Parts: sequence; structure tokens; C-alpha cells
Amino acid sequence: MSEELSAWQLIASGDATLFAIVRLSLAVTLSAVAIAAVIGLPLGALLALARFPGRSAVVVVLNGFMGLPPVIVGLSVYLLLSRSGPLGEFGLLFTPAAMVIAQAVLVLPIIAALTRQTIEDLWHEYREELTAMDVGPLGQVATLLWDSRFSLFTALLAGFGRAAAEVGTVMIVGGNINGFTRTMTTTVALETSKGNLPLAVGLGLILIFLIILINAAAWGVRLWSEQRAG
Amino acid sequence: MMRAASSDLPLVLDRVSLSAGPVTMLDCLSLTITPGAPTLVVGPNGSGKTSLLRLCMGLAAPSAGSVSWGGRTDRGPARRAILFQKPVMLRRSATANVVYALGQAGCPRRLRAARAAELLERVGLLGLANHPARRLSGGEQQRLALARALARDPEILLLDEPTASLDPAATRFVEEIILMAAQSGTKVVMASHDLGQVRRLAGDVVFLVRGRLCAHAASGDFFEYPSTPKAAAFIRGDLVL
Repeated sequence: MSEELSAWQLIASGDATLFAIVRLSLAVTLSAVAIAAVIGLPLGALLALARFPGRSAVVVVLNGFMGLPPVIVGLSVYLLLSRSGPLGEFGLLFTPAAMVIAQAVLVLPIIAALTRQTIEDLWHEYREELTAMDVGPLGQVATLLWDSRFSLFTALLAGFGRAAAEVGTVMIVGGNINGFTRTMTTTVALETSKGNLPLAVGLGLILIFLIILINAAAWGVRLWSEQRAG
Repeated sequence: MMRAASSDLPLVLDRVSLSAGPVTMLDCLSLTITPGAPTLVVGPNGSGKTSLLRLCMGLAAPSAGSVSWGGRTDRGPARRAILFQKPVMLRRSATANVVYALGQAGCPRRLRAARAAELLERVGLLGLANHPARRLSGGEQQRLALARALARDPEILLLDEPTASLDPAATRFVEEIILMAAQSGTKVVMASHDLGQVRRLAGDVVFLVRGRLCAHAASGDFFEYPSTPKAAAFIRGDLVL
């Protein structure tokens, strides 16, 4: 029997282990993206509007951090959360919470940098009108975030894609503990090296399917709302 | 919306210059704008019409000299509105654009919807109220921007060639809205290079050439007795450089 066939059977049979893994992966990634969005959207907007010495350097570093190697993020968060680390007392290492933190750190620069670019472009367009309408700084940020919501949605998707697909950080800080911190990507890595290809292939298929599904939904939402708001 | 007791008029530009790097947009220009019929600002391209309007709005600070509104140089833009030559539509519906301007102008939330509908009707866009503003045609966007400017219930309304890209019918429509605003007590200051339009609308005419005030006269006098050779040439339709 080919591996693909048994992978499909695994999915079709509604294997409990498999779906627990899928659930955990989604929960971790969505939480991480949500946290990164709450911090990254205002931060990016602020950086787009603020003018201070060294701003260019901050922008360059932030853009550079979009390509942070996941293992380096994993290692850094590992050091922070390990028993002897500064946050060791919370005992978060090898828990889903640690994975959320690590993935949030990973996608925060992506969301913040893309937000900065989007908001800055829109600001160039809106500046005179908003100034003429006497809009204060907070109002400006709110207006710019709202009016670029569709582009920012894409930024969130980019963050989601990055977090959902990566394996290095969650492997390091989560530990790939069976039934507790095992995600789709770490399972694929593990099962492949063990030679259990049906499960690896099955999870791979589900992962790709989910990412396409979420992007398709986002595309639909974007199309629909653009027609309404221009 | 209640008007504050103090007034933005007269608007006084006192020996104002505006330059960016080596480029001088306005050069030692003095001008007093008083209540009354519309003031039309004319002159060739690059003569400083837009710069003058931006100074009047308070969007730019003069490099030299001073701009004062009702005797004060520190007055915010609360009682002024400007219509840019290429207005930028917010990425929202036509109504939402007007509602936004109303909100910024301090209109109470519960009155905004009704007031926005009123303004849209005034500019002939009620039928397109729910359309995305950025999908409107150029002329429609211009009228929506005018509604947005009027939403501020301005004492001074600054208009930068609002009909430059419009056909005669649309131009007439916009001119009627502007005249209506002027008749209800708004001071209109409008840049134009359409002499027919200047004749139709102007109470007084400000003629700029290369950032300098070349003439400032009542409309009739400007056309009948041009005070400078350049003004005379401009009125004849000759090229003024």
C-alpha cells in the first residue's frame, strides 16, 4: 500500500492523535499571530508616523528581522524561559505557551514591518487632507489603520503563513512532547526521520490544505470588502 | 454647529515668502482678504496659487513674513476648509467620507447621518451615497471633496482650481454650489486659470506672477483697467511668463 493512500485513510478515519496535533498547531499559531498583531499593528503605525533620530536604522533592523532564522528565535526564547533564564521561574519551557511566545516573536517583525510600509504609503497620500481636517495624532493612526485594513489583513496572513509553516522554534522551545507540544510541522519532521511516512504525509497534506483554505477565505473577504469600500 | 465668537477674517498675509531649498514659491507678498464676494486667485502655472492657498489654510508656514487670521497668527484650522486640486478620497463610502469630516469638525454623532445626506444632496451625490468614494469619477470625487469641505462649515473656504478637470455642465454645477456657500456668508478664496470663471464669480481678483503679487483689484477694475502690462496681457489671453 502506498504511503499516500494510507495517509488519506488516516485523515478519513478521523484519527484522534492526528486531529489533536492539528488543533494544537492551529491554536498555537493563531494565538501567536493575534498577540503579534496586537503589538505589531500599532507599533508599525507608530513607526510610520513618528520622526526621531535613528528612525531609519530602526526601520532597517525591523525589515531585517522579517527574515529572522526560526532556530535563532527558538534558541533566544529557550534561553529566556529555561530554568536559569530571566523568565525561568514561570516554568513555561516545553509548554504550548512557550511555543506561542516564540512564534509571536518570529512573526512580530513581519507584521510590524509590513504595517509600517503600508501605513507610511497611505500617510503620504492622506497627510494633507488629514492635516487640513485637523485630525490629531491618535485619530491619524486610527484612520490610517482602518483605511488600510485590507492590506494589513494580508500582513497578518503573511505572519500566519510563516508561523504555521515553521518548525525550528517550536521544536526547540516546545520540545515536541507527544500529546502536549507536538505540532504538525514537528510531527512531520519526527515521523519522517522515524520512517513513519503515512502520518508525515497525512499531516503535510492537512497543513497545506489548511493554509490554502485560510488564504482562500482571506482572499474572499478581501474581494468582498474591497467592493464595498473601494 | 455654532460658530465661535471670534473670526478668522480678515486674513492678512504680511510680506510673506515661501521657499523650499533654492526654489521660491512666494516672494514678499502682502495681501488682505476680507469678508465679501469670492476672491479669485489667478496667474500662470507655477505662479504660486497653490502655495498661497496652503499658506492661507495654515498647511505651510511662511519662510518669512507672517500670516494672521482675525489678528492672530496661532489660530488652528477649525474654521477653514480647503479643497485640493487633486482631493484624496478616504477608502470608504461617499457618505462615510462626509461623516468623517463632520466628526472632525465636531458635529455631534447623532446629527452626522442626516447632515451628511443633506451635504451629499447639495453636491448632487445622494444617489451615490453608498458607493466607495474611490470608485467615483473625477468630477464626482471633486464634488464629494467639496461636500467634505462644506461639512466643516468653514468661515473661509479655499478652493484650488476645483473645476480644472470638469466639463462645462459639471463646472456650472460646482460654481453654483460655491456661489451658494458664498451667499450664505462663507468667504471663498479660489484659484483658477479660467478667465470666464473669474468674471462669473469674482468679487476681487489676485493676480500672481512667479510668486509675486502683480495686481489685486475688484473684479470689474481688474478686467477694465488692468494696472500692469502683465495683467493686461493675461486678460487678453497672451502668454504671461
